[in-house]
Parts: sequence; structure tokens; C-alpha cells
Amino acid sequence: MSVTYLGMPPFPQAAQDSTRDTRLRSNLRHATHTIRDKRAGAVAELPDWAALRTAGAQIKDRTLRHLDTYLEQLEAAVTAAGGTVHWAVDAAEANEIVTRLVRETGEREVVKVKSMATQEIGLNEALEDSGIAAYETDLAELIVQLGDDRPSHILVPAIHRNRGEIRDIFAEKMGRWGRPAPDGLGDSPAQLAEAARLHLREKFLNAKVGISGANFMVAESGTLVVVESEGNGRMCLTLPETLISVVGIEKVVPTWQDLEVFLQLLPRSSTAERMNPYTSTWAGSTESDGPRGFHLVLLDNGRTDTLADQVGRQTLRCIRCSACLNVCPVYERAGGHAYGSPYPGPIGAILTPQLDSVETGLDASLPYASSLCGACYEVCPVAIDIPEVLVHLRERVVQGGTVTVRGQRTTVRPAKGHAAERAAMRAASWTFDHPRALRAGERLAVRARRLVPNRLPRPGSAWTDTRDTPRVPPESFRDWWRRTRTPAEATEAAGKGGEGKVRQERAGSARREGPTGGVR
Amino acid sequence: MRVALFVTCINDALYPRTGQAVVTLLERLGVEVDFPDAQSCCGQPQFNTGYRHATEPLVERYADAFEGYDHIVVPSGSCAAMVRDNYPRIGAKAAAEGRGRVLSAAAERVVPRTYELTEFLVDVLGVTDVGAYYPHTVTYHPTCHGLRMLTLGERPRQLLEQVEGLQLRELEGAEECCGFGGTFAVKNAAVSSAMGADKARHIEASGAGSVCAVDNSCLMHIGGVLSRSGSQVRPLHLAEILASTRNAPL
Amino acid sequence: MSSRETVLGRVRRALADVPRGERPDEAPVGRDYLRVHGERSPRETVRLLTEHLTDYRARVHHCSPAGLPEVVAELLSRQGSRSVVAPAGVPDAWLPRDVEHVADSPTLTARDLDAVGSVVTGCAVAVAETGTLVLDASRDQGRRSITLVPDHHVCVVRVPDQVVGSVPQALERLDPARPQTWISGPSATSDIELNRVEGVHGPRTLDVVLVGEDSSML
Repeated sequence: MSVTYLGMPPFPQAAQDSTRDTRLRSNLRHATHTIRDKRAGAVAELPDWAALRTAGAQIKDRTLRHLDTYLEQLEAAVTAAGGTVHWAVDAAEANEIVTRLVRETGEREVVKVKSMATQEIGLNEALEDSGIAAYETDLAELIVQLGDDRPSHILVPAIHRNRGEIRDIFAEKMGRWGRPAPDGLGDSPAQLAEAARLHLREKFLNAKVGISGANFMVAESGTLVVVESEGNGRMCLTLPETLISVVGIEKVVPTWQDLEVFLQLLPRSSTAERMNPYTSTWAGSTESDGPRGFHLVLLDNGRTDTLADQVGRQTLRCIRCSACLNVCPVYERAGGHAYGSPYPGPIGAILTPQLDSVETGLDASLPYASSLCGACYEVCPVAIDIPEVLVHLRERVVQGGTVTVRGQRTTVRPAKGHAAERAAMRAASWTFDHPRALRAGERLAVRARRLVPNRLPRPGSAWTDTRDTPRVPPESFRDWWRRTRTPAEATEAAGKGGEGKVRQERAGSARREGPTGGVR
Repeated sequence: MRVALFVTCINDALYPRTGQAVVTLLERLGVEVDFPDAQSCCGQPQFNTGYRHATEPLVERYADAFEGYDHIVVPSGSCAAMVRDNYPRIGAKAAAEGRGRVLSAAAERVVPRTYELTEFLVDVLGVTDVGAYYPHTVTYHPTCHGLRMLTLGERPRQLLEQVEGLQLRELEGAEECCGFGGTFAVKNAAVSSAMGADKARHIEASGAGSVCAVDNSCLMHIGGVLSRSGSQVRPLHLAEILASTRNAPL
Repeated sequence: MSSRETVLGRVRRALADVPRGERPDEAPVGRDYLRVHGERSPRETVRLLTEHLTDYRARVHHCSPAGLPEVVAELLSRQGSRSVVAPAGVPDAWLPRDVEHVADSPTLTARDLDAVGSVVTGCAVAVAETGTLVLDASRDQGRRSITLVPDHHVCVVRVPDQVVGSVPQALERLDPARPQTWISGPSATSDIELNRVEGVHGPRTLDVVLVGEDSSML
């Protein structure tokens, strides 16, 4: 099944519309620039940030290289602590398990902590189909749920909404789900937060079943960790009688000590705080403190396929901090919805196509939703080289290759719609590998240089709609050099020999030792 | 010291003045520069679009063309980064596909000798004052691959600050990508243009008469946006400013 | 085949590149980050804790053990609380007589707690660099829900012995088997335009009382 939403167009199409949405652009610009600067300050406080980042990447790499060992260790520890562990191969199975567990409690309502994993599997919709109402309790998730909207950011799903829009959603929709918004609700963030507090308190006090994800799972102790700000997480993790946590298998870390790295990396990268307001940790269930029943659903849903790809594997280090979204110039202009899945921004552009077992047109376009500027890699607290993975996935799109799909090694063919581009790229490479052809091409361009109009038909219009084209100079550098720097007879020799010499050298390039000189 | 210029395909075909400026500049600094005619393109457009296999012959060509030189000087941050960061990856992947170590060996031969122009000036020649003269206002756009893949850091600014008469103007959001991104510029034209428009706005707001960078590909995009909007700001490769002197001003 | 076997089987096949027999600790993890950021005397550590607690809008107070009941009484009165819940390990003497005392007990429901004005607890450890208080459900901290539902939390920290400099130092002191709550300032959200607003679901007022014999620490 697909992680992407049904019927989403490829990224460039969606982005074409969203970049024109001036309100969206301004909301996103304001929000991402605010957090960007704060994050830089929070990170600058720690002189050992680079060492923490390296350690974070290494701990995750160690975990991933021995994931089977750690998962079994985790399962044993959680079970010993009184929890029940379930395994879900894919989204459908995870949804079945959770639905069954909720049904067994006899409840028709659940409260939810914000969780990327449950967004990914579409749990709310699955529960709704079974007549179970799932209430999102994170403020931003509430805004999205009440507004019948989709999340557009990992940390702040309603980042695309400004305070005025949020006020309108609360005033109009809260009453349908429970306690209505206070009369005369204003649009200050404090008033809006207060309205959410009152609306949700009823839900928390009545809740019998809570559903969460987790930021980390400690293999050695079976401890789960949820990092949050508002206290809605604590409410859902503490007050209900039954707690069900749906967690991706890559969220395991080997030891309790390892948290010393991630509890420093995550808050500063995510909300730009020294520490987030609340972090809850628990192992299994505790006598007379918190839920009596604890279920952990370990979710694969494409993660083992991602694990099988040695370049793509690093994607599974992700701790969902969203720093990469906040610095991404493409995300800032296109907005999160254009990425068509719960995972927007640079991390979404590499995660979504890897998790998907059915390649969609959107999946094929996501690796191209980047100028490869590298800002994401620079801020990533676990050093995921997102540009490297993007280019790797582009290869999969246009060259095809061997990938793992639902655990099976499969050879994929290149995606459709790239034939002309492929021909052009191959022709370019051929030309660049044949200097005489290259020279001829350059000279042809020079001769035709006055003929190039400033506005081209498609596909050139993609450039010239908004940008002038450069003027082709009267002489290439190569010809200038030859004309001014090379004696006449040498020019002749080089002109003939240039290609031949390199051809000859290349034939023996593997065994050649020592410098043989260029064309000097 | 045998120094070769890797002019790059875009400079060769569209911005020969940049290559000429590098030659002028290096010769002025006493460096004998050679231009191996067998060179062509580093393969970045193909590689970054996903056509790794189509890039492979260009890796070998680069390694062969520059065999025997102590230093390969590249007036482009992104082409230098392509060689330094991606050639080893291309080699490793080819080896993993069971095609031997030829490409890895090619990469090993050229990676340590390939320098972006400002690296060569500051690190190898040890100069920041190159005797340039350019009595105009300039703002500097640090292009992404130079900034983040090569970590050029302060080198370009150090060079600009020593140019006689030059007034360096601050650029808001300098480290944000201009939106070029190779084929990204046409595959995601709307986003690319939006990024370019913001960059152009900041450049205009800097009050500088020209915008300078170490990559003509980015400047082609920035210049195209500026020119379409009727801006008088001139895009200039750093080498052209550094080559400019009192006797031979730009 | 069970889903468990399917997932574990897929994991093992996906890791075909990992040499057979490689032990997990053979995959390198460099721990050359700092155990604590900067050298501080215990007094400086307490001062940093105060600074960082204040930074995140917790209200910080200082007193000697003898002065604690007076401070607690003042804080409850300022909050206007007529009832206070406290776990078994908090001495009755800490609590003022003129408010109703509610003992922490498993029979207390969330609704009961919602009607209580304040909660008074101790803590397991406090972290200066991050301005964090950690509760681990020990006798003087009680069940997690009592520090969650009431709108006012008074947390007593013994200085300097309960204060550590850093997150790594805090984790060393804590038991992963116990349910923990790490608290850094009152409940907050950044969900509206990424601006931080204090006061959502957890206690909206957090008073931290640093208690020590040595007044130079405070």
C-alpha cells in the first residue's frame, strides 16, 4: 500500500499551485524563519554539537546493522515489564491490531498523542470505519482534524495556518466534537491555546484508551520515550486504562545511556529548546500508576525494504525533528501538502518513496523536489545525507535497478516519462566524451547564437517563462585558448590527437602508473 | 608545479570570459596554466538527475585529461564538489555492481588534486590579496555546493575584501539557495523561480551594482531572473573581479 | 509464518551486507561528546538551574528546610488553592493547615484530581543545563497523574545534592524501569505560528522551591 494520499499529483504540479498561494507562502516564511534562527541559537550553546551528531548517527547505525537483535531484546524487555508486543508487517495489519485491541476494551472513543506512525498508516480513518472515534489532542493535530485538513509539517502539522484561520476553525468546529469554543474567541495564541485546553480536558478526563507513537524505545530495558510540549501526551499516556503505542521498528535504541545523546539532539533541533517541556518514559505497565494494559505494535510498513538499501538505509536514522523542513527553501515555497504524504520536506522526499511498496507518479517526482542545496544535511542531527539519498533515488527512477519490495528483491524498470530526458542525457554524455563533436556543437551554437529567442516553446519555456537565457558568446573558451595560446602546428596536432590520445590512454588507464602528461 | 585549468563545460560554452579571467589571474600570480584539450564536462547534470551510468565515461575522461598535473583548478564550486564528493561514490557503486575498481582508481587519482579556484588561491598559493582593482559595489552570493560540500567558508570574502576599491555589500539570506539546482530549474520551475525571485529581491536590496559568485550556473539563473525583471545588477564570476586591475580594468 | 517471523526475516535479509558474526559493539560509537558543558562549582550549577528554570517561565524560590512550610503556604495562597494533593513521601508538615489535604491514592480519579488546586512533590533529580526536573514516581513524587491534572505544581528540589549539570549525568541517576516525567517549565506549545505559548494541558503554573541547609547555595 502507499504512504501517499490517494489521487495526489506529482510534486511539481502541486507545487505550482501552492507557490502562488501568497498567504501560505507568508505563513510558512514567517514560521520557518522564526524557528530557523532559534535553532541555530540552541545548537550554538553546545560546543560538542558535532560530536553529539556523530554519536547520534553512529548509535542509529549500530542499531540498524543489528536491528533483529535489538528488536528481540526489546520485545523480551517490554514483555517482562508487563506489556504485550504485536508485530505488524504493514499498515493494514497495524490498523487491524489496533482496532481489535480497542474493540476488546468495549470503548468507542480513543484519545491520541501526535504520532507520525499512526498518520502514516491512516489509523484514524481505519478506526472511524469501525465506528471508533479517534480524537487528536496535540494542538496542531486538533487544528488539522477540526479543519478537515491534512498535516503539512512533522512538528507543527498546522504550520500552514495562521492565527486568524485557527480562530475561525475553532469557533466554527469545536462545538461539533465536544465543548465549543468560548464566545468571542480572539486570535492571540494564548486564547487559542486556552480554548484547546478547555475543549480537550473533557476528552482526557473521560478517556479509557490512549494511542501513541514513541520517539525512542530502549532495547535493554523496554522503556518507551515520548517527547512533547503541551502535556497532551502525558494525559494520553497516564490517564487511560489501556495504552496502545504504534512504533516504527527503527525507533529502537540499544541502551538507556544512548538517550543522553538523543535527548540533547532532538529538542534543540526540533523546537529549538534546551529541553522540551515534557518527556514521558515508561516500561510496560506499573502497578496503580498509569494504564493497566500496555500494547506495543511494532510497525514495518516498508522499513525493512528501506533497510535493505545500503544508501537509503541512513534514512531510518531519522528522529522526526523536522529541522530539515525548517531550513528547506523548497519546502518553504511549496508547502507541506505538495509532498502528498504525512512526511513532507526533504526527509519526506526520501522517506515516502522508500516506504511505498507501490510506486506512484508522486513517488517518482519526490526525489526531484530539491535543488540539492544541502541545507537539510547540514542541520540534520543524525547526519542523514539527504542529497546523497535523493540522487540515489533519482537513479532508481530513471535507470531502474534492484530494490527490495515487501521483502523481495525486485528489478524495477525506469519510470515512465523519462525517455526524452534519458536520450538527451545520453547524447550529452556522448558529446562530452567526444571532444570533436563537442567542439562542433559549440561552434554551431556560436553560429546560431543570434537566433535564440528570449522566450522558448516547451520544454524550454520552463526556463524562459521567468528567466532570460544567457547570450552565447562569439567564441568558446576552448577556441579562444587554441587561437591565442597554441602554436599553429600544435593546434593541428592537438585537434587530431586530443581525442585519440585520451582514447589510447583510457584503454590502459587501469594499469598505467605514473604521470604520462596531459595534452601539453 | 604543473597547474591545469578545468574550465567546466558551462564556462567553456557560455562564459569563456571567466576562464580567460582565471588564466589572466593565475599568470599574474606567476602560475603557469595549462588547458588540457581532452577535458569536457564533469558529468554533474547527468549524475544529479539520476543518470549515473551515463556519467561514468566522463569520470574516466576527467581523470585521464588531468593525469600528471599537480593541481587542477576549477572556477566552479559545484563542479569541484562533483569531482571531490561524487566521483568516489560513482567508483564505489560501480565496484559494488561488479565492474571493478577502474572508476574508483580514477577518482582516487583526481580527488586530492582538484581545487575550486578560491581554495587554490588561499590554500595552495597562500594569497588573499591578488592585486585586483574593482572600484564598484558588489554583493557576494555563496553558492550551495561551494558553501556546504566544499566548505569554502570565508575564502571568497577574504579575496573580495582585499580588492582595491571594492565595496562589499551584505546580502540578506545570503546562504539560501538561489533556486537553480541544475535540472531542478526546469523540472520544478515554479519553486525554482520563486526562490530566484526572492534571491533577486535581496540582491536588489543590497544596493550593489553587481552580484558575484563562484558558480556561473547559479549566476545564469540569478542573472536570468534579474534581467527579466529589468534589473541593472550585473552577475559576475569572482574570477572576473579578481582578474581586474588598474591597468586592465573589467 | 507469523508477522513477527516475517518482519525479523526481512530484517535479516536486508542486512546481508553486515558480516556474519559481527557483534553490535563492533559497530563504532564515539562517545567523545562532553559529559557536562563547562566546569561549575555546585553553587554555580544551582545558579544555572535557577536561570534556566526561569528562562522557561518556571517560578523559582529558595529557602532552608525550616522555612519550607512557610514558602509552600505562600505559594498555595498566591495560587488561591483551597486543596492540595501530595504523595505519601511528602511530610504533612510541609503543607499548610488551612487547605484541604488530599492524599495520593490509586482510587483518586482524574476527575477528582481536576478539582484539586495544587500538587506538592519532591523530585528525583534536576538538570541545570536544561532547566529540567525529573520525577520518577518515588514516594515523595507519587503517581504520574497527580502532577499532571492539577493546574499548579510545587516541586521541591534539595540542593545541591539533587542537582546535576547535564542530561548524561541525570540519566546515570535514573532507573529506566520506573515511569518518569521530565519537566522543563510549564506546559507550552509552539503550534501557532511556531511561537511559544505557555499553558496548555499540564499545570500552567510551576513553582520550584530550592531547599538547602547551606544558604550560600541559594
